[in-house]
Amino acid sequence: MRALNLKLLRNLWKLRGQVLAIAVVIASGVAVLVMSLSAQQALQDTAAAYYERQRFAEVFSNVKRAPLRLVERISTIPGVRSVEARIKQFATLSIEGFEEPVIGHLVSIPEQGEPRLNRLVMRSGRLVAPGHPDEAVLSEPFAEAHDLQPGDQFQALMNGNQRTLTVVGIALSPEFIYAIGPGALTPDDMRYGIIWLGQEAMAAAYDLDGAFNDLSLGLLHDTNPEQVIERLDRLLERYGSQGAIARKDQISNWFLMNEIEQLKNMSTILPTIFLAVAAFLSNMVLSRLIATDRSEIGLMKAFGYSNWQVGWHYTKLVMAMASVGILLGWLLGAWLGRVNTELYAEFFRFPLLIFRPDAGVFAIGAIVSLIAALAGSLGSVRHAATLPPAEAMLPPAPPMFRKTALSKSRAGHWLDQPTRIILRQIFRSPIRALLTSLGIALSVAVMVMALQWIDSIEKIVQVYFHDAQRQSMTVGLVETQSDTVLNEFRRMPGVLAAEPMRAVSADFLVGHRSHRGAIEGVLPNPHLQRVYDAGGEVLQVPPDGLIFSTRLASKLGVGIGDTVRVEVLQDRRPKREIPVVDLFETYMGTPAYMHIQALNRLMDQRPSLEAVNLLVDKHQLSSLYQRLKSLPKVSAVVLKDAAVKEFNDTMAETIMIYITFFAAFACALGFGVVYNSTRIALSERGRELATLRVLGFHRGEISYILLGEAALLILVGLPLGCFVGHGLGWVMTSAMDSELYRIPLVIKAATDATAVLVTLGATAISAAVVRRRLDHLDLIAVLKTRE
Amino acid sequence: MKVLSPPNPATQQTITLRGRSLTKTYHTGAVDVHALRGVDISLYEGELVVLLGPSGSGKSTLLNILGGLDTPSSGEVSFRDLDVTSGDESLLTRYRRDHVGFVFQFYNLIPSLTARENVALVTEIAIDPMAPAEALSLVGLGERLDHFPAQLSGGEQQRVAIARAIAKRPDILLCDEPTGALDSHTGILVLEAIERVNRELGTTTAVITHNTVIGNMADRVLHFGDGQVINSVSNTSRQPARELSW
Repeated sequence: MRALNLKLLRNLWKLRGQVLAIAVVIASGVAVLVMSLSAQQALQDTAAAYYERQRFAEVFSNVKRAPLRLVERISTIPGVRSVEARIKQFATLSIEGFEEPVIGHLVSIPEQGEPRLNRLVMRSGRLVAPGHPDEAVLSEPFAEAHDLQPGDQFQALMNGNQRTLTVVGIALSPEFIYAIGPGALTPDDMRYGIIWLGQEAMAAAYDLDGAFNDLSLGLLHDTNPEQVIERLDRLLERYGSQGAIARKDQISNWFLMNEIEQLKNMSTILPTIFLAVAAFLSNMVLSRLIATDRSEIGLMKAFGYSNWQVGWHYTKLVMAMASVGILLGWLLGAWLGRVNTELYAEFFRFPLLIFRPDAGVFAIGAIVSLIAALAGSLGSVRHAATLPPAEAMLPPAPPMFRKTALSKSRAGHWLDQPTRIILRQIFRSPIRALLTSLGIALSVAVMVMALQWIDSIEKIVQVYFHDAQRQSMTVGLVETQSDTVLNEFRRMPGVLAAEPMRAVSADFLVGHRSHRGAIEGVLPNPHLQRVYDAGGEVLQVPPDGLIFSTRLASKLGVGIGDTVRVEVLQDRRPKREIPVVDLFETYMGTPAYMHIQALNRLMDQRPSLEAVNLLVDKHQLSSLYQRLKSLPKVSAVVLKDAAVKEFNDTMAETIMIYITFFAAFACALGFGVVYNSTRIALSERGRELATLRVLGFHRGEISYILLGEAALLILVGLPLGCFVGHGLGWVMTSAMDSELYRIPLVIKAATDATAVLVTLGATAISAAVVRRRLDHLDLIAVLKTRE
Repeated sequence: MKVLSPPNPATQQTITLRGRSLTKTYHTGAVDVHALRGVDISLYEGELVVLLGPSGSGKSTLLNILGGLDTPSSGEVSFRDLDVTSGDESLLTRYRRDHVGFVFQFYNLIPSLTARENVALVTEIAIDPMAPAEALSLVGLGERLDHFPAQLSGGEQQRVAIARAIAKRPDILLCDEPTGALDSHTGILVLEAIERVNRELGTTTAVITHNTVIGNMADRVLHFGDGQVINSVSNTSRQPARELSW
């Protein structure tokens, strides 16, 4: 091996502690990048393969009732490859051992042969057999939640008739990866499940012989779904269609894609932070190394090495340091990517998993980190390369110091000399000090950003479930019903209050902007489901006009006083210009409210409702559940307490993993920064510290000088970190902003404190490591060498 | 005129610092280096001793052991009634802090502190120090109190180091090649400072050098070779430092 390369290896070995500390930071960046990109890719590939294999449809529509002969006409729409006409209904189920009413989402499947689209993946048992109308296939998560297996039976209230269904198979479907019941925020497999029944059985039960109420379309390659939707909507309008949607708006797919999208956010923000810090650290280490190597650089040049060779020598050193980090990051990232993907796959219950991280992902990680490290060390390398040999062989001039304003001041008079040393050292290299503080700040910030989710979610739960909703449960009805039904609810056991709610599908149009949603009709001064502004105000519902959520208002570009064109998508499909009379902020969805009587007038209907909010006496829940189970035409029973629990559980599952990752990375960052800066300070100032020891200073006293400086920089870094963390939190929550939900930026003082404590812990460990070295300072050797 | 030791007991009775049968062996790889091979040495109160010898003869090792920077492999060092070799790290620190002043070939000033502050560094932790300005004027630097090391010449820096060493009124001043890095003119200024401290404060002083001329300013000269004191010569009179030349 060439002598110069040997020197390189020995330098690396000598600097191993610092090389490792930098490598850990680079590795963290590369790992997050590889993890998120590979998981993102794996989820995308897996979902695509799953969709492809099971022929997941690309356009979805539902109607009230349409004749099956229409299928032929639909299949002639240009771009349509296949059509699947189905029947979908809701049924209230009674399952042994589970008191609460369960909502079954019934979906028809052909009794012979496989469906053309949205095919099932059989996990056990078989599909339904022809002529056996009581055979049912259950979705796996639902079956598992209730421990139902082929052969087991349960009751279903179908169109007013109590039926006993027999489980014959357990299956998964690409259509219900994320199975969310009406009115719910998160999947609740105990209370909502997908059940597949034979087409004929469903048609018979719901009087839909020769008809369908749900449609799925498969499209030819390169077909624009919007064009198909336009034609389809025109065709289905008179059959009670509320408008078709493309796959991207299908609820299960939307959630899945949203999850994948979030990984993308992670792959940009975090690696940037880590690699910026890595750049700074490699700059720090290299400039120190070049300072110690000064005379050797002079010697190399005196021997005839060119500037380029000297520069290349140190460049190789940086590349070697980065390579250690990249390698570690690759391994860690591939492993975390796999773990992460498996967690997601389990969460989504993918029947297959494609984890084939692309070499490109690893290459991106490597290139980005190499560039960061090289950019960080550019200045030092150039300095080494251009150092004139004669000058290099002279000892460097003693560092210049200035009196700071503080030491000249009256207060400065009382400073002891060790403190003076600390302050002058900081003011001598203010940029380095600032970057060190910033590095520590970023460690705190990453931690704040991770922990902030807990606070934000708590806030969402508080506002959405507790402040806005006063009801114990919401019962959704399959069809619009006269509000006389309200009295029926009020008479039910344990019901303390019942309030009606309407929900009418509609398009909102303002100029060229549009939104497909619903108008919710509420009482003018509801006691249960209130129109609650996240700022803490309960809105009064005026007799006329729309109350928009701020998100909907901004999507349509309207404010209070503006008029919106409303085109109702059901019943007589009225179209009307209606003013926006008030706005409120909410974290969930893009709701629009209206006085229930105004909505009835708009629909030209007698007082009607689609849902009932109930306040109930908890002691009489059992009897109420019994009563609800016997109620026909119920599409949803959302129990608030259960919904809160499910929401928290789902969040805890995903968020805790995320927070653990980030806490580890934040610690790596804090450790790396403090270790490197104190190690370098030690190597630069070992002589000074040894002198102090000779002069009779105790170990603790000299530790004060070295670690006191670090402590001061940490002290500056901590509040700065909270500040930056709030900024990062804002960036992350803004990036998550979608029509479905918004994450409020809420950071409790306790969160800042936790982040600060975690970082303090990590920095304390690295300080302790350096302190150990300080205790073994070789006094004599240091004093014997020339400055 | 030179007289062989022992020194005259009538004029110098009190032993300040004594080393007995000191040995020091460094284990470097497969070889054992015997830096000290049984040295007996006594420094009497107020005397100025010069240790002469070629490099590698063990004189720095001896000085480091006497000053509590290093511990002997065997033998003992006692400062007045204190057995320096019996203590731990903390006792050695205490010993250096309260009783010993060091001056090195390389000045080892703290670059971030001014001359005055470098001296204050020591006076702040000393029991009965003089004012930093007083120590600095003793070495002729009363005018350059607020200069940083980078703004001082080599000789000036070394004199700051001496001021720093003597400001706490140490009982012993140990100087390891104090003029090694200086030209003769500057070197003499530094030696004058040491001489003055020894005379005016009565500090027991030991100076290591390989410059034989410097021996003339001493009460006693110890010749060192191969880890041992070869001989000890007392000067009947000390030559003032300003009259030295090399």
